[in-house]
Amino acid sequence: MLSVHRTAITKPSQRLFLTATVAAAALALTACSSGGDAGDSGSTSEFGFAAATQEDGSTITVWVDASREPAADAFIAAHPDTPIKVETYDGGANGSGSFQTKITAFDQAGDGWPDVVFSTQNNDAAWASQGEDPFAAQLNNGYVDQSFLDGFTEGALAPVTIDDTVYGLRNDLAPTVTWYDQSLLDQFGYTLPTTWEEYEALGLKVAAEHPGYIIGSVGDAWAPEVYFWGAQAPVNVVTGSDEFSTDTSDPKSVAIAEIIDNLIDAGSLVQDSVFSPDFVTKYTGKVLLLPGPVWFSGALFQNADSLNSAAGTIGAGLPLAWDGDEAVAGNVGGGTWFVSSHSKNLAAAKEFLEFVTSSDEYQVELAPGLPAYTAAADKWLVKQGESNFFTGDFAPNLTTAASSVWDGWGYPKFSQESVWAKTVTPDLASGTSLVDLLPAWQTALENEAQVNGYTVK
Amino acid sequence: MATGQQARMSYVFVSGYTVLAVAFGLVPTLYALYLSVMRDGRFVGVDNFVRVVGDFRFLPAVQHVALFVAIWLTCLLAFVVVLALVVHSIGQRWLSSSIRFIYYIPGALAGASSVVLWLFLLDPTVSPVSAVLHLFGLETFVQTVSPGNLPVIFAIIAFWTGAGGWIVVMYGALNNIPREVMEAARIDGAGPIRTARHIQLPMMRKWISYMAIMSLAAGTQLFVEPRVLSQASKGVVPIDYSLNQLAYLYAFKQNDNNGSAAIAVLLLVVSLALSMFFVIKGGLFERD
Repeated sequence: MLSVHRTAITKPSQRLFLTATVAAAALALTACSSGGDAGDSGSTSEFGFAAATQEDGSTITVWVDASREPAADAFIAAHPDTPIKVETYDGGANGSGSFQTKITAFDQAGDGWPDVVFSTQNNDAAWASQGEDPFAAQLNNGYVDQSFLDGFTEGALAPVTIDDTVYGLRNDLAPTVTWYDQSLLDQFGYTLPTTWEEYEALGLKVAAEHPGYIIGSVGDAWAPEVYFWGAQAPVNVVTGSDEFSTDTSDPKSVAIAEIIDNLIDAGSLVQDSVFSPDFVTKYTGKVLLLPGPVWFSGALFQNADSLNSAAGTIGAGLPLAWDGDEAVAGNVGGGTWFVSSHSKNLAAAKEFLEFVTSSDEYQVELAPGLPAYTAAADKWLVKQGESNFFTGDFAPNLTTAASSVWDGWGYPKFSQESVWAKTVTPDLASGTSLVDLLPAWQTALENEAQVNGYTVK
Repeated sequence: MATGQQARMSYVFVSGYTVLAVAFGLVPTLYALYLSVMRDGRFVGVDNFVRVVGDFRFLPAVQHVALFVAIWLTCLLAFVVVLALVVHSIGQRWLSSSIRFIYYIPGALAGASSVVLWLFLLDPTVSPVSAVLHLFGLETFVQTVSPGNLPVIFAIIAFWTGAGGWIVVMYGALNNIPREVMEAARIDGAGPIRTARHIQLPMMRKWISYMAIMSLAAGTQLFVEPRVLSQASKGVVPIDYSLNQLAYLYAFKQNDNNGSAAIAVLLLVVSLALSMFFVIKGGLFERD
């Protein structure tokens, strides 16, 4: 990855001028390829955007992250005649920005774009739809049938819709739910909380009565999406395509921060990443509650390499509400598929896109998370129900959560997660309280919004 | 042998380097200079510089790099010279050469792979030296890579990868000191420390400045270490830690090559100025 910059600190040589070198090379490539681009603007109206000249049967290049490789494999098995090249990359995970940086390099070169890209970042649509020559193809102006787009769960395409134009398709939905261990609740005689107030009370209680057991983790970069989004904190408000506002001093922001502080102090809310080896060692069998996205199902509980829970013990409770308020869900990712507006084989790209988002072969049989395509989601939930792994009202609760993601939290061009990771995570780990960090977090978000071209209100 | 032919051959020999230096050193530099004063195809003077310097990420990045370079360069100069002197004074030939070889091994690892190795060392949950990390009160990876520790961590990584090569170079420099001079010092009754201070160090001066200049150029280009640590720490090490990372973000994330070029030019100016200091102090361009 990013091999252009794999340079050793022991070899100084000409690296002084690295950026310039890359830019110079890019300029040369642009000069070489601009002749070819000139003739590409022809037959475009049928797709609704300026597509490249189509070459029937040309190979499509598909970028997936490691977890989505089975999707590509399933497509190849089902469509052996479609020429396709699959490349694996990090999916832009944790705000690495590798999707954006790579595409920008291709933009400079004027060549080399992949045809289909999977991204784990909801904020990529805001970026891929902008610029002089946006990367993402418009999907709802003639390219993809409206009837197919209508097949997605209501609200599922919101993160990829900018000014009424759809720029990508959601792979899966990632609303937050309250994961719980029914066997532990029974053993300790606790009831499942439905409000944040009850959640805090239970956390303090378990810390006192059964130290070592936990009711959540804020050790991952998506902690704000679980806790602040789910608590309706107006921290990430995007208006239109160029206005951003954040208010970490809002009563709801402060209230959820106080709950987090109290539970960290008590010891029942931990700061280990759920994907760290340490988390598995320390907390297997000790996770009483875990607010988190639905994809924790396959990633943590039903995963032999992770918590590896016993069948029939884990359930997915409804998202938590403020007392007297309606419950809303947060959202942690949920992958997105983009088609390149530069693709020379849009027919094959569409075939691929429709397959990976809606086909039974992938979305029902293989996908680890809740499909965004309604028909697939229904079958996926039935299949999960039949396996009897999860207990309680698993399917209805997931469906409810999927349709109750709070719409007050937007999808800006930059990664909320990377701002949280660098501004809040280290200080929180060193013992500073989250409430004290809220102003610094606010400033960091406003700064980041500004350099990304937003007007901060 | 005709001297004219010799001169012609020498031009042939340096031509390969010259062509590459112009193509990948000089031309890109000039292009960066050009880009740094342009925007949207128009000449804008110092606008790009004002913009990048005003960026909220710029000053922290300067501080990060400056602190790292200061720590690293000081340690490098001090330890490399001392270690080279010690190794050189070892009488046993096999011992001296084995030690030099061991010093050199880490330098043989490519930059990114050595950082990956350090990822394991720095994570208290998997580190073979976790006891040392616990000694400093570090229990988790996030604590280890907290902002305050980063300059020291990067300096240790850079020293570990780079010092061995320089020790070998310095050893060569010590070997270059004429035997008669060392002999004379010994006859005059100078011990190892006085010999080092009054004979060896002054005669190594040029080599030490050479090391300082090369290391300075490399150090201000800090990129791979924070980049890899950033990915591994899921963003706790910021993606805009160093100036080079910021230039990279400008070029490839914000699509602003002019701003990126402005940062590159600023780095060049600062590196050149500091290098001049070492060139003059070290008498690097004086002829013997």
